[in-house]
Amino acid sequence: MSSRTRFLVRRVGFYAATLWSAITLNFLIPRLMPGDPASVIVRQLQKQSGQSVPPESVEAIRKLFGDPRANILQQYVDYLSSLAHGDFGLSVSRFPTPVSELLAAGLPWTLMLVGTTTVLAFLLGTALGIASGWRPGSKLDGFLSPLSTFLTAVPYFWVALIALWLFGLVLGWFPLGGGYDPDLYGRSGFFGSVLYYLAMPAATIVFSSFGGWLLGMRNMMITTVSEDYVLLGKAKGLSGARIMFRYAARNAMLPTVTGFALAIGGVLGGALLTEIVFAYPGIGYLLFDAVGKRDYPLMQGVFLMTTLTVLLANLVADSIYVLIDPRTREGGR
Amino acid sequence: MKGWKVRTGIAICAVFGVIAIVGPWLNDLMGLGPWKIDYQAIQQPPSAEHWLGTTAQGQDVLAQMIAGTRNSVLVGVLAAVLGVVLAVLMGVPAGFFGGRVDAVLSFFTNMFLVMPVLPLILVVAGYVQDTGPITIALIIGVFGWAPGARTLRAQTMSLRQRDFVMAMRMLGETRIRLIVVEVLPHLAGWLSAMFLHMVLGAVLAEAGLAFLGISSADSISWGTIINQAQQVALLNGLWWWFVPPGLCIALLGTATGLINFGIDEVMNPRLRTSDVKAVRKMKRVLEGTR
Repeated sequence: MSSRTRFLVRRVGFYAATLWSAITLNFLIPRLMPGDPASVIVRQLQKQSGQSVPPESVEAIRKLFGDPRANILQQYVDYLSSLAHGDFGLSVSRFPTPVSELLAAGLPWTLMLVGTTTVLAFLLGTALGIASGWRPGSKLDGFLSPLSTFLTAVPYFWVALIALWLFGLVLGWFPLGGGYDPDLYGRSGFFGSVLYYLAMPAATIVFSSFGGWLLGMRNMMITTVSEDYVLLGKAKGLSGARIMFRYAARNAMLPTVTGFALAIGGVLGGALLTEIVFAYPGIGYLLFDAVGKRDYPLMQGVFLMTTLTVLLANLVADSIYVLIDPRTREGGR
Repeated sequence: MKGWKVRTGIAICAVFGVIAIVGPWLNDLMGLGPWKIDYQAIQQPPSAEHWLGTTAQGQDVLAQMIAGTRNSVLVGVLAAVLGVVLAVLMGVPAGFFGGRVDAVLSFFTNMFLVMPVLPLILVVAGYVQDTGPITIALIIGVFGWAPGARTLRAQTMSLRQRDFVMAMRMLGETRIRLIVVEVLPHLAGWLSAMFLHMVLGAVLAEAGLAFLGISSADSISWGTIINQAQQVALLNGLWWWFVPPGLCIALLGTATGLINFGIDEVMNPRLRTSDVKAVRKMKRVLEGTR
C-alpha cells in the first residue's frame, strides 16, 4: 500500500469509529435521562392525532427510545438494525411522516448552503490571510486582524437577523424567507429563484465565518515567512509573488486544511441557526421545529445526519490534504 | 503584556464582569427592572427615559441587557472552567505518558473534535427538563473541551522532552508531582488563552440554544432577548431591541480575542508585529550614516 492510501484508510477507520460512537451516544442519551422518553413520545402522539397510537407504532418507538422492561443489549442490537434499514422513527410534530423522509427532503438544501459558503469563506479568508500575514503590522493587517477578531465573535444568527431586517424588510432587495419562489416551481426560472433565495443566507454565513480562516492563515503565514527556505528564495532573487504563493503560502496552508476538521462542525452549527432565521428549507429549520415541539425522533435524526455530513466533509478535507502535502507524495523524500 | 489591543480587551472584559456582578443592584439603583412594564412606552425607540428603547411589551431594553449580562457571563465562565479542567485531564496525561494512555485519550479527543457540538448539545438539552443557566453551562462545558485537549497534548509532549523535566525525573520525582509542579505552570499561557476562547464559545452556544428556545422561562440572558425579539422586533423594525444583545456578545468576544492576541505574541515571539514607526526611524538613521 502506498503511504497515501494507508493514511486515507486509517482516517476512514477513525471516522467509522466516530460514527459508531455518535450512534451509541444517540442510543444512550434518551435512556440515561430521568423518566421514560418513549412514553412521553407516545403521549405526545396521542395528543397530536387525537386517537390512540397503534401498538406496532408504540413498539417501533420503544425500539428507538428505550423500553425499561427490555434487556439493554437486545435494545442496542434492535436499534442498530433499525438504523441500518434507514429507519429513524416517525416524526412527532409531522406525524406520521418518517424522520428519514424529512431529512432526505432537507439535506440537499443544507448541503448546498453549507457547501457553497464553506468553499467561498475558505477561499476569501485564506487569500486575505496570506496578504495579511505576508507583512504583519502593515496597514492592511492592522485593519484585517481586528476586524476578523470581531467577526469570529459575532453570532451567525444575529448577523442573519440584521441582514434580513436591512436587506429584506427595509430595502426589500431579497426575499424574506424560503428556499425558492413557489410560483416558479417546476418552471424555467426555478433555478434562478433558488440562487436568488440562496444569496442572503449564504452571504451572511460567509460574512460571519471568513474571519476564522483569515486569522488561522495569517498566524501560519507569519510563522512560515521567517523560515529559512523563504529567506533562500529571497536570496535567489525570486519574484515576491512566487515566494509568497509557492514558498510561503503553500506550506502555511497545510494546518489550515487540517483545521478544516475543527471548523466544519462549527460552520454547520451556525448554518443551521441561519437557516432558521431565513426559514430556509434545510435540516436546520427541521431542528427548530423539532426543538419547539419536543420532537425527539427528529432531533436525534438531525444530530446523526449532521454528524455524518461532518465526517464526510472531513474525509474530503483529508483527501485534499494528501494531494497538497508534499510529504505524502510518492518517492518525494 | 502591553499594546492597545490587550488593554482594550481587558477593559471591556472588566466592564462586563462588573455589570454581571452588580447588575441587579444597578437596575434597582436606576429604578429599572427587566420585567417591569411601562404601559406609557410600548415599542418606543431609545429616548431619555428609556436609553435603549422598550420592547413590544413595554419592558426596558437596557434593564433586560443588564440583567441578561449576569446569566450570559455566568454560563460563559462556568462552562469555560469546566472545559479547561476537562481539557487538562484529557490532554496533559495523553502528552505526558504517551503510549496506551495517549492512544485512548487521543481517540476520545479526536472523536469529540469532529462531532458537531451544537446539535449534540441540543439533543442533550432537549431531554433535560430544567434548563437553567447552570445546567446549560454544564452541558456546554462537557462537550466543548476537545480542541483545548489537543493543544495541551501537543504542548505537554514537547515540555516532557525539556531538560528541566528530565532532570527532575532523574531526581526521582513522582509523575503526578512532575505534571503538577513542572509541566502545568508552563502551560499557563495556553490555559488562559484557552479559557478566554471557551468563554466566547460558551456565550455563543448559550445564545444559540436560547435562540432555538432552549432556556428556562424565568431566566434572562443575551440569547433569550434575541429569541424574544426575533419575530416581533424584525417585522416592526424595532432594531434597538435585537441589536444590543448581539453587539454585546460580539464585544465580549472581540475583547477575549484581543487579549489572546497579546498572549499569543508572548508565547510565540514570531507573531509579534514589528513596531512600524520604530522600523522606519531605524531605516532613516541607517540611511543617514551611509
